[in-house]
Amino acid sequence: MRRRIAERVSAAWWAALTRAGLSPARWQALPRLRRRAVKSVLWVAVGLVLVAAFGTWKASALAVAAVVILLVVPPYQKLMVGRFPLGKWIVPAAAIAIVISYPYYLNSMPQVPIFGPFPMLSTMVAMMIFSMMALGLNFVVGYAGLLDLGYVAFYAMGAYMAGWFASDQFSKQHLDLGAVGQTAGAIGFHFSLWLVLPMAGIATAIVGVIIGLPTLRLRGDYLAIVTLGFGEIMPQVANNGNSLFGFNLTNGPEGITPIDSPGFGGWLHQHLHLPANYVTVGNYDAVFLWTTLALVILTVFCSVRLRDSRLGRAWIAIREDEVAAAAMGIPLMRTKTWAYATGAFFGGVAGALYASYKSGAFPNDFFFQISVFILCMVILGGMGNIWGVIFGACFLSYLDREGLSNVGAWMNGHLGTHVNVPLYEFGIYGAIIVIVMLFRPEGLIPSSRRAAELHEGVHDDPLYDAETV
Amino acid sequence: MAEALLTTEGLRKEFGGLVAVDSVDFSVPEGSIVSLIGPNGAGKTTFFNMLTGVYKPTAGRVIFAGEDLTGKPPHAFTQRGVGRTFQNIRLFQNMTALENVLVGMHVRLKGNLAEALLHTPRVRREEHDARARAHELLEFSGLRRRDKVIGRNLSYGDQRRLEVARALATEPKLLLLDEPTAGMNPQETLEFTDFVSRLRAESKLTVLLIEHDMRVVMGISDRVTVLDYGEKIAEGTPQEIQTNDRVIEAYLGTAAVSS
Repeated sequence: MRRRIAERVSAAWWAALTRAGLSPARWQALPRLRRRAVKSVLWVAVGLVLVAAFGTWKASALAVAAVVILLVVPPYQKLMVGRFPLGKWIVPAAAIAIVISYPYYLNSMPQVPIFGPFPMLSTMVAMMIFSMMALGLNFVVGYAGLLDLGYVAFYAMGAYMAGWFASDQFSKQHLDLGAVGQTAGAIGFHFSLWLVLPMAGIATAIVGVIIGLPTLRLRGDYLAIVTLGFGEIMPQVANNGNSLFGFNLTNGPEGITPIDSPGFGGWLHQHLHLPANYVTVGNYDAVFLWTTLALVILTVFCSVRLRDSRLGRAWIAIREDEVAAAAMGIPLMRTKTWAYATGAFFGGVAGALYASYKSGAFPNDFFFQISVFILCMVILGGMGNIWGVIFGACFLSYLDREGLSNVGAWMNGHLGTHVNVPLYEFGIYGAIIVIVMLFRPEGLIPSSRRAAELHEGVHDDPLYDAETV
Repeated sequence: MAEALLTTEGLRKEFGGLVAVDSVDFSVPEGSIVSLIGPNGAGKTTFFNMLTGVYKPTAGRVIFAGEDLTGKPPHAFTQRGVGRTFQNIRLFQNMTALENVLVGMHVRLKGNLAEALLHTPRVRREEHDARARAHELLEFSGLRRRDKVIGRNLSYGDQRRLEVARALATEPKLLLLDEPTAGMNPQETLEFTDFVSRLRAESKLTVLLIEHDMRVVMGISDRVTVLDYGEKIAEGTPQEIQTNDRVIEAYLGTAAVSS
């Protein structure tokens, strides 16, 4: 049915073009670069028309279009300088530059039709942090093919690590290890956040191993159910942890707040102009954006390196065929546990950073929906593909923060309805996932391998599909 | 007879009330090619799965190169030098031929997580060597130009060959082939038989195969073992087996003997 619609649309399109003098054959004969350029220009033109029709026109819309064309059209992949594959780095470098300079040009960005203004800095920070979590989950789901419905447990663990080691929580302790912005004689552990982040990562990885050892013997659905259980246990512990045998571990429903923010201290500030304390520099969100971006880049780096390593091959082999992988000498338990621990590590770091950004760890942030939310990011973008996962994470966390309310406002304004769109948030995500699963099960930007797996055996329409007869 | 590389003592497997393999004593002399034959459902593949750790025996022991491996997980068997192929081809369907072979090398490589992240010179050299070796294996198996083709796009014969190449990548002392010529035409079968003989000649490999094609079995085996209803009913040289009354009755039939 979908294929038939697509065919009909494309047939009509080509009929019109042929009448205008451009037959499919002639189009195919054009050089590939020119075809790509024409297509890109076309899409950008459509975008600009939409901007002009619905949005606030600004010259910067043209600038955005120019940047998009410059990035998308030329065949950078092939560009070599000597033996150095410069081309491979141009698009990532440009993307990084765009995000780094975001705080400086945000205010001169045009309104986008329907979606409204460009995302605020705080939304960008959330997008980066969720990218990191989604990339962490991608190790488990995308590479090793283990369905984990309790990833929020790792996020919570990271956040509470920040809560324990960078706040006044443990009032009987006095230990200050390089934290910034502390008054003399502050109570509790105050570790520098740069120390807390790896600590949180390692502690979470250990939790991952502890959860993994009993559960990873299970396969498929059973594993998903058990991880679901662990994902539920974590927030309950957080919620009721204010009196664990008389000991206040998590401060219960109020959560742990405030949590110290990161900073480089006076010496580095004087010599390298790094912010001494993120709270006092004035552009809190911008410095956080850069920090999170750096961590996302680190996560991407680790993802790429591990994917192409012996361990990464073993993960993919397990996903493809567990029995054959074991027969090739891959220790299943150990390899799966490594995937779990690696995924947990990045979830923990992201959680700790997010807790510091929000200056608090609250049990209400760690409910089941977040697990599903992060899983949706991975599925939407394309399991196993780093860029797809980042895209999915950015897009969904943007919708969560601003997108849905903007779209809702636009809809209510133009259609005269009174719908509180963000209320239907998870229904909308559900619908998005259902649509993606129906029409593009490999995700929007799939890894080529995953795409093949999901279409395997679906070479043609199923036999029972009466419609195709 | 040369020393036994693999021995089983009273190996038995029950599935619920069904006895699939019943107290089989069996041995594979080092450097030989041994065939395991028997009618469908005789328990050959179950027996194979116990020799590679996929199934845990209900009773009995599996001794490989002097070490009792009973109850160990499959990767421990591979680690000690037992390589195998599957009756129904189990390649990593969406990995390229080269990647399939590289996965096979898993146990012989050492790179760990930290080294992979840091790209230490050692791990870089190891990866480089592994790729070179994988290309050699592909060439040896007649897949030189197929290295970038993903598993399921290979032809049937090539998939079989790739499975063997992948098993060889684990650097086995004993190679177990589960019906390697199933579904092959006579020409491919002939090539495959040559290939197995060449393997033994060039790499001093011991081979144990399950096979239905009697020309293959009688042509390359040093010894043949016959299973029926999970029991070993005969064992000996191909000539002895061909004239064994019980085997003829259970499996071969008179036509096979006269051919």
